[in-house]
Amino acid sequence: MTIVVCLKRVPDTEARVRPTPDGRGVDLGGAKHVINPYDEYALEAALRLKEARGEGEVVVVSLGPTEAAETLRTALAMGADRAVLLRTDAPVEGLAAARALAEQVRALNPDLVLTGLKAVDDDLQAVGSMLAALLDWPGATAVAEFALEDGRVIAHREAEGAVEIVEVPRPCVLTITKGPFEPRYPSLKGIMAAKKKPLDEVPLVPPASAVERERFEAPPERQGGRILGHGPEAVVELVRVLREEVKIL
Amino acid sequence: MATIVVFAETRDGKLRKAALETTTAARRLADHHGGTVTALLVGPPGVESEAETLGRYGADRILVAAHEDLATYLPDAVTRLLGEAAAGAQVVLVPGTAVGKDLGPRLAARLGVDYISEALALELADDALRLQRPRFAGKVLEWLRLPLAPAIVALRANAVLPQEAPRAAQVEPLAVVLDERDRRVRVREVRRAASTRPDVSEAPIVVAGGRGLQSPENFRLLEELAEAFGNAAVGASRAVVDAGWRPHSDQVGQTGKTVSPQLYIAVGISGAIQHLAGMRTARTIVAINKDPDAPIFKVADYGVVGDLFEILPRLTEEVRRTRAQSA
Repeated sequence: MTIVVCLKRVPDTEARVRPTPDGRGVDLGGAKHVINPYDEYALEAALRLKEARGEGEVVVVSLGPTEAAETLRTALAMGADRAVLLRTDAPVEGLAAARALAEQVRALNPDLVLTGLKAVDDDLQAVGSMLAALLDWPGATAVAEFALEDGRVIAHREAEGAVEIVEVPRPCVLTITKGPFEPRYPSLKGIMAAKKKPLDEVPLVPPASAVERERFEAPPERQGGRILGHGPEAVVELVRVLREEVKIL
Repeated sequence: MATIVVFAETRDGKLRKAALETTTAARRLADHHGGTVTALLVGPPGVESEAETLGRYGADRILVAAHEDLATYLPDAVTRLLGEAAAGAQVVLVPGTAVGKDLGPRLAARLGVDYISEALALELADDALRLQRPRFAGKVLEWLRLPLAPAIVALRANAVLPQEAPRAAQVEPLAVVLDERDRRVRVREVRRAASTRPDVSEAPIVVAGGRGLQSPENFRLLEELAEAFGNAAVGASRAVVDAGWRPHSDQVGQTGKTVSPQLYIAVGISGAIQHLAGMRTARTIVAINKDPDAPIFKVADYGVVGDLFEILPRLTEEVRRTRAQSA
């Protein structure tokens, strides 16, 4: 069984991000980069599935700059078998990214494609659904847990206040959210082994996007507000404020 | 004249609040630019009774797709139905829910157009939809222009409050025939959370707890406060979700949900940067923390410094009493 995991290199979530003064870019303040946390859950799920079956291949695919090779190397150290980098220095998101990934997935012809629910940099939450649609494969999003059953996947899909148990015939695309398992750390042995695993780099001509960005801006500054008081005595004033100023009570 | 199509999501045959938010946003675009709003109402037989509500919130035309298999979300079927409803439209709006965010990108890929989620503000220009949205969960905002090819957009939940704008709506039942492809992904079972409280992404009030709560059992204090408000959700910081005290579905922040409630009460949360990103668009923020220097106070509109174990029971009691008096 071949499992493809699509993962993205993103700035760490502790990074301070600010628009550049001209509003054309963002300043990441020298943040370190990591595997997108949701993609890490997807990778962990793929590795566990392979281990439980005792066979199979996990192929990690990323679309990004040269540095994304390091991110893929980390995924190989965690236990993926081989990696493909669709290399481009231009930011590629949304439909353009999904199209490039779909083409690569077709070439790999897997049984299952996993990716994170969303990337924590662009917050778009689009690529998984788009991949399913472009491949014309069945898909399910926001999956916290899943198991194989005959030719299908039984997936636990999270909706607001409910979990839907869905049947998805394979091959299919699942987007993964945090489930019962924490992503593993690469072991020293894994890191050594990763150096010898295949990592193919394929230059990607960045496709044009019809989305035009006017500018980045900082979110409105929130004024540090009023300290209403100390201890339980302040509660009466807080409730008065909620009733009379916020008008929510 | 622009045609704006909205996906009117239902659950158990009833419109979800996010469907009304989407309809209100569409009505405003149509009013500012001269256009009409078409709503696609999807659900089990009987869902047509919800059409009147959509008219009240500003839909001019309501297409009703009622079918017993549409009682739960069939992604392939709904993508096809919305694609048919959107033929010739300039804008398609979907709600910022799990279903809306599954559906929007599917439709976009099918039509070969782009899709944008988490829209906070929308504006129709002659040749594009301008919109404002967060990146990095709100650490920065961006303004984008999407061509009307159509422009497919998911709104951030709670970014637009539903507002009545009654229209004499025309209701058209669709003859829904589902094939095997439409049904290939199907819901076997729905497990509802035991709690009847709203989801953190949708609730008008969120009371959220962090490590200051000291143990999972102590979240009972927040549950009681949420209960006192009546329509509040209980949220959690990443630290307590990572510790296994609360489910990930309650997590607010860059690796959880980004929320825009009317009121956010952060209790025992110091205010890590990735948490602040996820809640800073709340209308009003209240912080309760024993550390007067906690970063959360820098974004809070109102703060109370002190021991949350003394403050919370008192607050719950006062909220309960105030609501009983005004009821």
